[in-house]
Amino acid sequence: MNFGKFIERLAQLIPVLLGVLVIVFSMMALTPGDPVDIMIGDQPISAEQEANLRHDMGLDLPPVERFVKFLGNAITGDFGLSFFHRRPVLDVIAERLPATIELSLFSLILALLTSIPLGVLAALKKNTIFDRVSTVVSLFGVSLPGFWFGILLLMLFAVHLQILPVSGRIDYAYEVDAVTHLLLIDSLIAGRLDTFANVLSHLFLPALTLGLPMAAILMRVTRTSMLEVMSQDYIVFAEAKGISRTSILIRHALKNALIPTVTVAALETGSLLGGNMIVESVFGWPGLGRLVVESIFVRNYPLVQAAVLFYAVTYVFLNFFADILYTVLNPRVKL
Amino acid sequence: MSESATYVAIEKVSPLRRNLKIFMTSKLSTVAASFVIVFVGMALFAPWIAPHDPNETDLFLRLQPPAWIEGGDISYLLGCDGLGRDILSRIIYGARISIFIGVAVIVVATSIGIIAGLAAGYLRGWVDITISRLVDILVSFPYLIFAIALIGMIGAGLQNIILVLVYKEWVVPCRVVRGETLAAREIEYVEAARALGGSSRHIMLREILPNILSPVIVVSTIRMAHVIILEASLSFLGLGVQPPTASWGSMVADGRAFMLGAWWVSTFPGLAILFLVLAINVTSQGLRDAFDPKFHD
Repeated sequence: MNFGKFIERLAQLIPVLLGVLVIVFSMMALTPGDPVDIMIGDQPISAEQEANLRHDMGLDLPPVERFVKFLGNAITGDFGLSFFHRRPVLDVIAERLPATIELSLFSLILALLTSIPLGVLAALKKNTIFDRVSTVVSLFGVSLPGFWFGILLLMLFAVHLQILPVSGRIDYAYEVDAVTHLLLIDSLIAGRLDTFANVLSHLFLPALTLGLPMAAILMRVTRTSMLEVMSQDYIVFAEAKGISRTSILIRHALKNALIPTVTVAALETGSLLGGNMIVESVFGWPGLGRLVVESIFVRNYPLVQAAVLFYAVTYVFLNFFADILYTVLNPRVKL
Repeated sequence: MSESATYVAIEKVSPLRRNLKIFMTSKLSTVAASFVIVFVGMALFAPWIAPHDPNETDLFLRLQPPAWIEGGDISYLLGCDGLGRDILSRIIYGARISIFIGVAVIVVATSIGIIAGLAAGYLRGWVDITISRLVDILVSFPYLIFAIALIGMIGAGLQNIILVLVYKEWVVPCRVVRGETLAAREIEYVEAARALGGSSRHIMLREILPNILSPVIVVSTIRMAHVIILEASLSFLGLGVQPPTASWGSMVADGRAFMLGAWWVSTFPGLAILFLVLAINVTSQGLRDAFDPKFHD
């Protein structure tokens, strides 16, 4: 793909991002009462003070002007103060983000590491018991409600067997210097294997819950595309030439069969973001997803607004990235 | 004579009916579809089937275990929750919420999606641009976050949940219908209808729609499973139908407080969700296979 096409695709994102901003902005308009009512709560305040507060927050402006202001602020990353924390929204989000990123990345890696070998194996052993079992397992994987599966895992491993922790990211007894803010990596940098193990034990169940549906989907995708590739002429030809099966598999088949897997993985990373809210709530994971859910109940709307915008923009770019990745990996496809 | 016999032999069967016949030949699909029907029956006849009032609390029955465990009672087969309510009865009544929301959202969203998709795919021009842009924008929001945030702002409740889910869900059938319509409008039968002077409305609804219905039905069933999980997730977070109305998601959430001693409070409602969603997913897979000519032989 040439650079011009890339820029063209990037430019096409602008109207979409603008639309996303309009929807996020108008979400606020749907709330009963305005932010000032919520901020005041039960405190006694004069009508004049209230009007001043409204004026300070720009709430007395007409909607179009308010949107322009919101747009300007959003681009500069200014989402106002979190009512609850009394600090800039952006700071609060930035503080919670590493936990969410660590959980998502770990789930993604877990899903890729299990789904690709299993999918390839299911394709090679097509119509055997193994293939059938893997079909059933993946069907369960996409049908399991994540919040329930998480609770089952908690009941089994944390409550009954007591071999894994119930909630949180790291035990209080452990400390690690923040470098990347991803605790697994930070503990390795510090050379603390005990801390690493502790972090891993906290991470495992949430990552399993979050990664399972993704693994199920990726396994099916890998199986299907592997079957398709294995029936292609060039594979049959390679077999006829007498190249060993392992060599065909790794050097010829897998390279092409993984193109859809990688693309779908990039797309599905977006749905990991959505699943985060549930999984973080179940496992008391101190990330952005749980923060959003908590913020909704205390009506901390500026934070919810900013977080929704953050998720949507991330999602748009992930999809864009998946598109580009697909064309780069598959030169026959033209954008 | 022989010619007329051939004419008689070619039965006039609609593609939909033929596909349904093929669907019925698969044992797994039929079993799954019957499961779905059982769940629907459970929801419809809940007042007659449920052994107890789902909202009747009795603190003497608090956390009573299922019948087969010591201390259980056969009249409370799956045990009782933290307020002494019968879990089985609540599961039976909870089916109403899950299925009603699933069906309502899918019916409304699919209807909107069909109209929007037909208009975009057939009329093209500014209609297509407007609809497709809107679709692009709505697709940009991760589903659950969109639903959670919107419901958090407009408030929970049956009507709002349906509204919010439809707001995002119509995009899926719309994309499918638009794609199919774009392909169909170049095929001869549509050209013929146009040449005969058929109005756009007639061509869209009478000519194209019946021919593209199969993929729409397949997608709708898959999406229904998705919507049911979404509703359960919202209920789990406390953003669904409000208590004391029984819904599976909130029942699972209730059980979190009793993980240590009373595993049954969370486990059974979750199983209900799993079985229903699994049954719908298998059914939709069967439908897809039956509707896809690739699998017909």
